[in-house]
Amino acid sequence: MTLTKKPESRPAPNSWGLAAGDNPWEYAPAPEATDHIHIEPEYGLFIGNEFRPSKPRKTFTVINPATEEPLARVAHASKADVNRAVGAAHEAHRTVWSKLPGRERAKYLYRIARIMQERSREFAVVESMNSGKPIKESRDVDVPLAAAHFFYYAGWADKLEYAFPNRDPRSLGVAAQVIPWNFPLLMLAWKIAPALAAGNTVVLKPASTTPLTAYLFADVVRQADLPPGVVNIITGPGEIGMELVTHPDVSKVAFTGSTAVGKMIARAVAGSGKKVTLELGGKAANIVFDDAPLDQAIEGIVNGIYFNQGEVCCAGSRLFVQESVYEPLLDKLKARLGTLRVGDPLDKNTDVGAINSAGQLAKVQELVESGIEEGAEIFQPDCELPTRGFFFRPTLFTGVSQSHRIAQEEIFGPVLSVLTFRTPEEAIEKANNTPYGLSAGVWTEKGSRIFKMVNAMRAGVVWANTFNRFDPTSPFGGYKESGYGREGGVHGLGAYLDLSGSGSNGR
Amino acid sequence: MSPRTRNASRATKRASVLDQRAAQPLATTNGARAQSDRIGVRKTYKLYIGGAFPRTESGRSYEVFGAKGELLANASRGTRKDIREAVRAARKAQAAWGAKTAYNRSQILYRIAELMEGRRDQFVAEVMAAEGMSRARATRAVDAAIDRWVWYAGWADKYPQLIGTVNPVAGSYFNFSVPEPTGVVGVIAPEESSLLGLVSRLAPVIVSGNAAVVIASESRPLPAVTLTEVLATSDVPGGVVNVVTGLRRELVGHLAGHMDVNALDAFGASSDEAATLEEVAVENVKRFVRPPTAGLARYDWMADSAQSPYLVGEYVEIKTVWHPIGS
Repeated sequence: MTLTKKPESRPAPNSWGLAAGDNPWEYAPAPEATDHIHIEPEYGLFIGNEFRPSKPRKTFTVINPATEEPLARVAHASKADVNRAVGAAHEAHRTVWSKLPGRERAKYLYRIARIMQERSREFAVVESMNSGKPIKESRDVDVPLAAAHFFYYAGWADKLEYAFPNRDPRSLGVAAQVIPWNFPLLMLAWKIAPALAAGNTVVLKPASTTPLTAYLFADVVRQADLPPGVVNIITGPGEIGMELVTHPDVSKVAFTGSTAVGKMIARAVAGSGKKVTLELGGKAANIVFDDAPLDQAIEGIVNGIYFNQGEVCCAGSRLFVQESVYEPLLDKLKARLGTLRVGDPLDKNTDVGAINSAGQLAKVQELVESGIEEGAEIFQPDCELPTRGFFFRPTLFTGVSQSHRIAQEEIFGPVLSVLTFRTPEEAIEKANNTPYGLSAGVWTEKGSRIFKMVNAMRAGVVWANTFNRFDPTSPFGGYKESGYGREGGVHGLGAYLDLSGSGSNGR
Repeated sequence: MSPRTRNASRATKRASVLDQRAAQPLATTNGARAQSDRIGVRKTYKLYIGGAFPRTESGRSYEVFGAKGELLANASRGTRKDIREAVRAARKAQAAWGAKTAYNRSQILYRIAELMEGRRDQFVAEVMAAEGMSRARATRAVDAAIDRWVWYAGWADKYPQLIGTVNPVAGSYFNFSVPEPTGVVGVIAPEESSLLGLVSRLAPVIVSGNAAVVIASESRPLPAVTLTEVLATSDVPGGVVNVVTGLRRELVGHLAGHMDVNALDAFGASSDEAATLEEVAVENVKRFVRPPTAGLARYDWMADSAQSPYLVGEYVEIKTVWHPIGS
């Protein structure tokens, strides 16, 4: 990597000696190699450890959002395919997987974790090509965390009685899992690892724009010699997901995605007795007090909203700044935005990659326009965007009021709304003023204030003096309309077990 | 309420069943003759909202009959507006209740048991009349209800240690998960088990710091109303528990659909009722507790398995907190 300093420099209004929006750093391209990647021209549905075309045979094209070039064609599942996949999972649960001792299930999961580690570069490159996320994120976050999830839950498979003493934990059966496009492989791992550890079999439907790492994972399943039918992966539009979750032989439904779709699913399965967990939208508050370490806070704010192009359900999309540090913080933040490198996801220097789809880009643009129309002031660094692909500049709005759409609705893009507050009470009131409750951030050096804020946040994950950290041992999930149930940790394991017990009033 | 019971002779039966003296024969020191000479003072069974005992805003009531068809009393026929008032009272009370120390909530739940014990004979008489039980069985049910408060009182400062975790993340962070009350919880009380069933569902809801809006048993509401009189005098802050009596079909949908209710305990609903309620409850992504798979008909409220700290866990949120470890 070579660095060249721009010849001209302007007066320094802040600690970096940068004018807002000015970027003195230019990087030579550092593209990740793709010559070791093999993407099949066409992927069938993965049912019973075999790739099979859909019936009737129908496919759709998956593209690279950074280039708009096609990557592969994948099978478009029909209702009959859903039946086949659930049937395979049901049979595998009944005849093999539920009878296998936990210690043996564990070894399969350890195998999967190991193979994912062995093939990590391949996963990272395909993930970036298909989702648009920067390679440094897929390489350093998505893929290692996905493998870690399998490694973590592998260890639980033969210890369920210790996790849930006196509750006679039992597997539920077939888990139907529908996941989004923002963390395709990581969400797959969050879903499949605890499900298998608990003794369930799964039918997973990846998002229709991002199925490639799921099909790559299917190959890992084959390499690990999992019994056929334990893991099944089908692709198709949302209606196929609805067919899947409502299938009568499905006992567990796990969905990650928008609150609107989550509600549709919950209504569709109401009264069926299926166990449900939902991980839905968010509009997280990231609250910066005047005693916060500002430079660290800037990094946390940037990581909070520009990580993965802001396509993160727990993104810190509402920044609350204490009035006394508003101006210095905004100066630093704007300068920092100017140093973000937007572009080719496969370039190892890239900070902000491509938005996942044309549809999502249009949604981001629409909401940004609403912010301008409603009177908020927009700031975007003056960076060049590639001519092809779905890119959007890191954006922040100041002068945002609580009622603006950009302060209320989940944008799911690199767009930050900045608001201010004077007292902790005001920050609490404003931060909780949302139907969502997935995550929150607090920045202050004062310990007692951290805990006051942590207690007051109506959110399932609170990051104090950090943001957007994830770990398989750490439960993740929402309050209020951000969903229910947790993923990660022992709590995430319980979501995949029948814990109704064997007492006089038990199952 | 079945129509056949409407023919019951009101005046005589009512006096004999629930006049306060008849309900507490052990406490009577006068001779039988003196007792019968005096006209009993009857109780008006009202709603319990925000710590007060309002009549329903509708001004309506419905007749409540005993197991033998005798009229016991008129109960308030609550409305959607009463439900809304109750939710508002619950929301107002919840934060302070949730902010009390676990030790304090523990003592308050224990206090409920103490005061129920003092009214034991009254509860026995009401449960006998409502459920048609023998005195011995009703006594066992009331005792179990009192003991259930004691049992849950003990969990207030213990369940977080069962449900919370410290999480060994792969990085230099201190990370832990703690349970917090979910907020306002709707409780559809079981129709049959008028007191023990209600207490079994209510105690795990409020022990963690939630506020509750209860729809009492429609056909057997009187023990629930008497329970509210205990709650009002046992240091449970007003609004933490609110009880609305009335016709279930007029009430449950409004509670399930209310946008400021965080969770609904439909354990006491019929399975048909529950399926509809579950769908309605989705509107604001309520946490929803279903009736038992095998139905409530054979559910044993006396069993140890009718109480569980994991039931407390149904009405809490798990909050995970991260903080860097550094200098």
